[in-house]
Amino acid sequence: MAVYNLTVNNKKVKVDVEPDMPLLWVVRDFVGLKGTKFGCGMALCGACTVHLNGQPARSCQTPVSSIAKTDKITTIEGISDGQLNAVQKAWIEEQVPQCGYCQSGQIMSAVALLKTNPNPDDAAIDSAMSGNLCRCGTYDRIRKAVHRAADTMKVSENGIGKK
Amino acid sequence: MVSERSNQVEFLSTLAFEILENIQTSRRDFLKATSLTTFGLALGISSFGKDAAVKKITPAILKLEINPFIIIDTAGNITLVNPRPDMGQGSTQAVPSLLAEELEVSLEKVQIVQSDGKGKYGSQTAGGSSSVRELWMPIRKAGAAAREMLTTTAAKRWGVTVTECVAEDGKIMHKPTGKTLTYGELADDASKLEIPKEPKLKDPKDFKIIGKYNKRLDVPERVNGTAIYGIDIDIPGMVYASILHSPAIHGKVLSIEDAEAKKVKGVLKVMKTERTMPHRTSEAVAVIATNYWAALKGRKALKVKWDNGDFEKTVNTAKYFADTYEAAKKQGVNYEEKGDFTAKYAVAAKKLESHYETPFLAHAPIEPENAVVHVKDDGSVEIWAPIQGPDWAMRDICGYLKVKPEQVKINVTLLGGAFGRKAYHDFLLEACHLSRELKKPVKVLWTREDDISQGPYRPGMLSHMQGYVQDGKITGFHHHAIGESILGQVYNGLKHDEADPWVGEELSVENNKYKFGSASKVSWTNVKTDIPVVWWRSVYASNFGWGQESFMDELAHLAGKDPLKARQEILTDERILKVLSTLAEKAKWDEKLPAGSGKGLAVFKSFGSISATCITVSKKDKGIKIDKVITVIDCGHYVNPDNVKAQTEGNIVMGLTAAIKDGITFANGASEQSNYHQYNILRLNEMPRIEIHIVDSGAVPGGVGEPGLPPIAPALGNAIFAATGKRMRRLPFNIDDLG
Repeated sequence: MAVYNLTVNNKKVKVDVEPDMPLLWVVRDFVGLKGTKFGCGMALCGACTVHLNGQPARSCQTPVSSIAKTDKITTIEGISDGQLNAVQKAWIEEQVPQCGYCQSGQIMSAVALLKTNPNPDDAAIDSAMSGNLCRCGTYDRIRKAVHRAADTMKVSENGIGKK
Repeated sequence: MVSERSNQVEFLSTLAFEILENIQTSRRDFLKATSLTTFGLALGISSFGKDAAVKKITPAILKLEINPFIIIDTAGNITLVNPRPDMGQGSTQAVPSLLAEELEVSLEKVQIVQSDGKGKYGSQTAGGSSSVRELWMPIRKAGAAAREMLTTTAAKRWGVTVTECVAEDGKIMHKPTGKTLTYGELADDASKLEIPKEPKLKDPKDFKIIGKYNKRLDVPERVNGTAIYGIDIDIPGMVYASILHSPAIHGKVLSIEDAEAKKVKGVLKVMKTERTMPHRTSEAVAVIATNYWAALKGRKALKVKWDNGDFEKTVNTAKYFADTYEAAKKQGVNYEEKGDFTAKYAVAAKKLESHYETPFLAHAPIEPENAVVHVKDDGSVEIWAPIQGPDWAMRDICGYLKVKPEQVKINVTLLGGAFGRKAYHDFLLEACHLSRELKKPVKVLWTREDDISQGPYRPGMLSHMQGYVQDGKITGFHHHAIGESILGQVYNGLKHDEADPWVGEELSVENNKYKFGSASKVSWTNVKTDIPVVWWRSVYASNFGWGQESFMDELAHLAGKDPLKARQEILTDERILKVLSTLAEKAKWDEKLPAGSGKGLAVFKSFGSISATCITVSKKDKGIKIDKVITVIDCGHYVNPDNVKAQTEGNIVMGLTAAIKDGITFANGASEQSNYHQYNILRLNEMPRIEIHIVDSGAVPGGVGEPGLPPIAPALGNAIFAATGKRMRRLPFNIDDLG
């Protein structure tokens, strides 16, 4: 076992785990944040998507030992502020989730996309979101929700709807 | 969240039971003891369907195991016991909507508690697209009865006539004076009234919730990571298990080499365990650890030798399908024959014979199978699991652990997808076995590899089709359904000389409504396999819809008819005709497409609803591109149009996945697919444009969760024929290279 000092959702946490333990299980079973989900264990489904320094990462394939002390880990529980909320709101407006299990990962991918590309077209959405599987089949709504989130973020940047 | 609501009802039930236990008298006296001061008004349902009846819940009745569904306590809280777990299909909105509508309260006023599998809650399995179909009358009747009892109570208290009083937003109002009493203030006295035998249900034209767009109240928890699925359950003292199942699916353990596994930090124990399926129990090896990763790592370090017996030869999909084609050469067992099809087909001038194949399929919900079970020292059992049917789970747990229902507490969590898989309790019974042996709470969590390579699966099936046309009309039709029977394997309920009634009913002319003017036949041959099978979204309709609707298209072409017209001229059922004409209009069926593009359609009735789909495709390199999918559905009365659309969207995606992605194949006793790289499911970049239209027939509610799926594959196959002249007969196929 080894002790790791991590920054998860802007909080410092210390965990004592095996070096090869994937971040997914560290976050879920040792930090106690259950919103990040296990789906395949091979980075094929995206249910475990978190952000490492703002970039989407598959936590099931990220050994805890590969994370630097200065790295910032963000999970679904840590994105609810400012513009990021726009994605969750859009998900609610479009009534995206059915069972909801994959949606943490979907939202993490969408949030990362909109950070680098605030005005994505369908092709950009396809490319950013195709690593996230949804067995319930909510893809059409995910596309709409990403567009909606982009639109509302634009509006709030222009100062409309602020305060 | 759930626990708060759950505690409340638990409190009420416990209270009622305590009161009951204190009354040491006869059953007759119990039935008189109907007034409870804090319990308020509690109503249950004693029968379902058309004869739905409402019962008042008293302590005595609670004991008598009649379903207490609705409790209005003296503080005005309304609690509904929801007998359908939510796997994403929306029962947590649909069921309370039925109550809120009749009770004249807003949806958020109804608190939901998931039923726990006890017999008093009746049928509790989410499956067969049954939630609204089965609960439509009983829950509405209970709500209407409560509304009438509360209204009568208020009128009495004010000394006015009932007709001057209305229920509105959780209160009864006296219209002439505007004075009000809340349901809470009335609940106690209302419980002393007789239950109206035929409470007046609201006229659908007055519906404020049913049939209207409403947001699901449980979506927010599904976008912020707080929704609790089975996998998220942690119990103090719990250990984790990862189970190595036999690769050749029913192998026996010969030897276990566990030295490396035991070196993994956190591993506590390596032990033999068993996987209990309805038709067979298989041996397996469990690694128990203090955390899941350690259990999984330990499992990967195991070296187990298996005795596969004959399974390497017998558990083999190539052999299975070869057997189905052999069976197609012989007569099956008739489910129905109208006219003398066999004789007429033999002499028919213009006839056709085809075979349509569908593969085995895994459900592959993104949340893998899991369960937490605690078999306690006193013999009682508590479980937490994402299961579709707590009532079936109760039956299976009691049978397996030899305990009584009153010793078992089932906590149903949210399900991260299920599609039929989580009504099959092998994973749950594994946790029961391990907890009993270890005397600790145990969490069993399957890997994706377990899920995809172990089954149970939708059975692979063959449709052997024969038909003929006369005077340009499809007049003779035979569907010979061939394959493994769920009724046979899971329930041991099929006689060898009997046509599977679930299949027969699905394919009967009573169901498809086609009027074959000359003769028709539905027959069946059971080809058995040891590959575990179970229902998969839309069950046999997903297999045989492919055969039926693809072959209808072939026969239409044989008759020289447009595939839509060929169907319309042998249909008289108004609802199906309306669905088809709506589809024709929305899809601009009569509009000609440029060369290299084509439209195909299919219609199928299942679970009481009619669904028709038109798919447009265009040629692209060696394959085709799916341009658009349009589905029209008539599901009768529905609760939320947006949820009907959501479920239909899901059916389009799952139907396309089943058509153009991967099937499950077995060779040498083992599955050849293990994870999403070999068992692909449709991804967002492959999602075509879709359109969904609902036909408002106002008919008796049909299902919504499944009926959208069966027409998808045949509509696609028929579109490919229209665009390329190539007839697809075997699922799945590769749309990028049609060969």
